[in-house]
Amino acid sequence: MTHVLIPSQLTSYTGGETRLEAAGSTVGAVLEDLDARFPGLKFRVIDEQDRVRRHMRLYVGREETRSLAAPLAAGDELLIFGALSGG
Amino acid sequence: MTDAIQLLVGTRKGAWIYRSDARRETWRVQGPIFLGSIVNHLVLDPRDGTTMLMAASTGHLGPTIFRSTDGGETWAEAKSPPAFAKSDDPRARAVDHSFWLEPGHASEPGVWWAGVSPPGLFRSADGGETWDSVAGFNDHPRYWDWCPPEAGTPDGSLLNQVVIDPRDARRMYVATSSGGVFETADQGQTWSPLNENVACDFQPDRYPEFGQDAHYIALSPTNPDRLWQQNHCGIYRLDRPATRWERIGDAMPREIGDIGFTIVPHARDADTAWVWPMDGTDVWPRTSPGGRPACYRTRDGGASWERQDRGLPTEQAWITVKRQAFCADGCDPMGLYIGTTGGELWMSDEGEGWRLIAAHLPEIYSVVAAPLGA
Repeated sequence: MTHVLIPSQLTSYTGGETRLEAAGSTVGAVLEDLDARFPGLKFRVIDEQDRVRRHMRLYVGREETRSLAAPLAAGDELLIFGALSGG
Repeated sequence: MTDAIQLLVGTRKGAWIYRSDARRETWRVQGPIFLGSIVNHLVLDPRDGTTMLMAASTGHLGPTIFRSTDGGETWAEAKSPPAFAKSDDPRARAVDHSFWLEPGHASEPGVWWAGVSPPGLFRSADGGETWDSVAGFNDHPRYWDWCPPEAGTPDGSLLNQVVIDPRDARRMYVATSSGGVFETADQGQTWSPLNENVACDFQPDRYPEFGQDAHYIALSPTNPDRLWQQNHCGIYRLDRPATRWERIGDAMPREIGDIGFTIVPHARDADTAWVWPMDGTDVWPRTSPGGRPACYRTRDGGASWERQDRGLPTEQAWITVKRQAFCADGCDPMGLYIGTTGGELWMSDEGEGWRLIAAHLPEIYSVVAAPLGA
């Protein structure tokens, strides 16, 4: 399982939870698992061309990724942030 | 019969609903709804009087549609909001935001249409729960000519409007910011440009087949063969079946000009319409000309215009009224409503004396008037 940090912008989907566990061996698979439990969450973060939305940031540990194919190992942490979208 | 009205207000930071008494004199407010969300359009379904759809996104999160089936009391997210097909094309499109929501024809309950940025048309057959791409427009062989990727507006190019002929569900018009107006007679399967004689002052060819920026189009409710257009480059009228627009904005006062975002026809008089001019000179401030906001009314199909500014600030009011933020109700006298970029909500009876309903809202993007408890 992957530890996932949920940003405030998405807590309306997770019932207020900011730390979750999710299954999957890639970033995309983990987001799919979250979307199955919290419908609609993934599309707010990833567009229909599988691109990370402009003002969202994904990190595996301390490494930023913008690829859904980025691998995740058991115990990894996926951090989702909403960042710098303007006033 | 009551003349109670509800105003559905979309802003850069959420939505509000204002509901009036039977005389439209006092208003009570519901909101904020989805505070912080960018709400481009909030629309009531006139066919059932209770379903509302909201086009929303946030600075961070992608676009979605929120639905209410109880008149705005509770909301849930659409199961499948508008989205283009996945593609390997390097120009593959992703919906940045939904801009316009249009209830389908009266004969088609549950059908809705959505216009999005980048320009795209979507259809729902289940009251906005799921949405399908309208291939006839979105995959048209000339799509990339009509909607080039580098076209404006500053917030991205738009399919900014869907208009349906109330006499025929198959006849529809769309307005775009990159190609002008397009029409279909088969409910979206085939499309053709409808821009003859509409100026395009920002291209070498001043009167192209397409390429115009159609800020707003409207049919006269009592004569749907009459189309009004507030274009980026002037005010126009078209009486079908003709295809050549007439520039009626030439009759506007020269010091005001005929640039604006929106035009509202009268609910019962097909010769009457209102515009809300903005400053389109030099660097295009897009504010009230001279800092003195006013609407202009024609009662003769655009042959002449009269200024209506009573009740509005007389100086230093540099507001703008955006595309979807000027609307009318169907009452008699007919209520006219504006929402301003300064977060003010105003109303008047057919332009005769403006009065403030609300202030201090975020920048207003859209105002929709609908009967309350009809």
